[in-house]
Amino acid sequence: MLDADSISKPMFVPPEGVQARPWLDRVHEWIVTVDHKKLGLMYLCYGLLFLVIGGVEATAMRIQLALPNNHFVSPQTFNQLFTMHGTTMIFFSAMPIVFGIAVYLVPLMIGARDMAFPRLNAWGFWMSALGGIILYFSWVGGSGLYGAGGAPDVGWFAYAPLTSPAFSVGHSTDYWIIGIFVSGFGSIATAVNIITTILCLRCPGMTLNRMPLLVWLNAVMAFIVLLAVSPLTAAQVMLLIDRYLGGHFFDTQAGGSAVIWMHFFWVFGHPEVYVLVLPAFAVLSEVIPVFSRKPIFGYSIMVVATLAIGFISLSVWAHHMFTVGMTSYANAFFVASTAAIAVPTGIKIFNWLGTMWGGKIIFKVPMLFCVAAVCQMLIAGLTGIMLSAAPFDWQLGNSYFVVAHFHYVILGVIVFGVFAAIYYWYPKATGRMLSERLGRWHFWLFLIGFHLTFDFMHVPGLLGMPRRIYTYDTGRGWDIWNLIVTVGVVFQALAILLWVVNVFGSYYKGEVAGNDPWNAWTLEWSTTSPPPDYNFATIPVVRSARPLWDLKHPEDPDWKYE
Amino acid sequence: MAASTLTVPQAEVPMSPHLRGRVGMWCLITAESAIFTIFVVAYLYYAGKSTGPTPREVLEVPIFISICLFSSSFTIVMGEKAIHRGNIKLFTAWLFATIILGAIFVGGSLREWYRLIYEDGVTISSSLFGTNFYSLVGLHLSHVIVGLTMLSTVLIFALLGRVKQEHAERIGVLALYWHFVDTVWVVVLSVVYFIAR
Repeated sequence: MLDADSISKPMFVPPEGVQARPWLDRVHEWIVTVDHKKLGLMYLCYGLLFLVIGGVEATAMRIQLALPNNHFVSPQTFNQLFTMHGTTMIFFSAMPIVFGIAVYLVPLMIGARDMAFPRLNAWGFWMSALGGIILYFSWVGGSGLYGAGGAPDVGWFAYAPLTSPAFSVGHSTDYWIIGIFVSGFGSIATAVNIITTILCLRCPGMTLNRMPLLVWLNAVMAFIVLLAVSPLTAAQVMLLIDRYLGGHFFDTQAGGSAVIWMHFFWVFGHPEVYVLVLPAFAVLSEVIPVFSRKPIFGYSIMVVATLAIGFISLSVWAHHMFTVGMTSYANAFFVASTAAIAVPTGIKIFNWLGTMWGGKIIFKVPMLFCVAAVCQMLIAGLTGIMLSAAPFDWQLGNSYFVVAHFHYVILGVIVFGVFAAIYYWYPKATGRMLSERLGRWHFWLFLIGFHLTFDFMHVPGLLGMPRRIYTYDTGRGWDIWNLIVTVGVVFQALAILLWVVNVFGSYYKGEVAGNDPWNAWTLEWSTTSPPPDYNFATIPVVRSARPLWDLKHPEDPDWKYE
Repeated sequence: MAASTLTVPQAEVPMSPHLRGRVGMWCLITAESAIFTIFVVAYLYYAGKSTGPTPREVLEVPIFISICLFSSSFTIVMGEKAIHRGNIKLFTAWLFATIILGAIFVGGSLREWYRLIYEDGVTISSSLFGTNFYSLVGLHLSHVIVGLTMLSTVLIFALLGRVKQEHAERIGVLALYWHFVDTVWVVVLSVVYFIAR
């Protein structure tokens, strides 16, 4: 039962005089753990580590492009940098981070003690981790005995026939294939686990329409993973067959097709955007109500919009291929479906605004990141609608305009959402608050840096600068814009540095958080910070979507209005 | 704090934890279906675009082994019924029959491959048709082999007397996978031996 006593008191106090165990024991405990909280944190740390690595790669590219005719890195290294940056950020940073948030929070929010399959959970994490290690091993081992290659340099979507043995000599491309293949198994396993946990382990009273929106959105995310990551796994098997067994799937000289690789890749690639952005939406849908002191506006419409996004996201992939040349019927279909997906996304934006409207908004750091993410989602969505029109895309496909558009989504919404989540749930995970002052510095520096970089990145795209070029001549009107874009990186790097200082500093010196520092309404705040291994001493029973509100306001509980 | 205690009838929880194996298996089947879809789409897309021997010249419809595989779905259902009633001996017998039928399918497929490779010269690298054929049929065959491995593990435990009536739910999950493998063969059989012939 959920009662007021269990909120005010920690459930477990270690007996006095118990010695801390040696550090090797503690490391061992983390390696063999099947606890969803430890695995969630490991997912997060792993993803954030790769976020920094991918960020360093991006910085190197931006230094190279800051000035015309620059030679900061070699052209070969530049190709490796954009390939590794894209692959790292999508598969080994963003995916682990969103899985980490889901794996940590979903059981706590539905009142469960762990995931449905704890050992599968550990397996999924370690497979993802192995994938990243394999990819990065390519830098030292990719040349193999033949001395050709190094890191993969075929671009993150690795179009055929560049990946054929004739054009990708050595093993660098194989590391790319196997790294993604292996982590794909981990992703599918974790998705299976998330769905099963949500369907089977909800606490008594938690019907589907009382689940926190974070849980709903992560359920849809996991479902998209099942349907989207699997095709990529299949395509990687085909590519391996081509490269190692002499197959002809993507071999145009033997009747194979290079275009079908594009289809297979983007059948994964576009739903993947929603795999990453739905968890960010999920964070927004939890944080904005708490800091507006109002329940979410239009709960059921949010759920329906999420399902609509999940459904439509599976039928928009070929808008990545307008420039390849398709029939006008195919073009018309993918223009329509791509424009259509803006509708449920727009509904979400209005729901967040509706939640803030008339609320007592508290601008703590998590809320700052969320408000910025909502605004940036609007702009990213608008450039998305521009690009969804095939004729417009013919002009700007593969330009820096596209690069700016999708970074607006990935940084402006997903990374901002992730930072909001970290500032919001860090007290739950560690028991201490992150510094509000450093957090504000982090937010404003990152916001300025983000807008310097990605607002101005649209301009060289409109002026005709293609993506993935190594360098450019002066006198095309691109110089000043590229310089501004690179200057923005300095602000972002500074912000990330402050954030790292904050995360490590607050772990030891942060203000003690208590169980419920934000006066929130979902179940994870009813247990101690950090939660005990078993999460809840007794399995809670809920009667509404905001169980802690009911508890704190027995005179006016939510379930009266259901 | 009895006053603030919130009680709700247990009936409001729609699905119970003991069904998690089944739900997880359905999720896995969803993911696997997506994988097979990609290979089937490739097969259909490439049909008729290959050089070398055409499917019509070299493929014969594997009627016998298909019947064997389809019947194995029936035998495992009978096995499930037996273990639900607690009749372990009967369960073991039906399980054994299932494994034999599955093994016949694997053997028959391998014989077909042997004939294709050594008599017709169709290999995975010889033509686009070969690449597609061995990939799609091989993907299915590998699933049959994984299923057989799991069924055989259960058989060993059953012969050692370790399988009890309480394991019926888990056997049900395994049977679900086996039905999926059979269902996929309906698709693969129609695509490879009829539609794209």
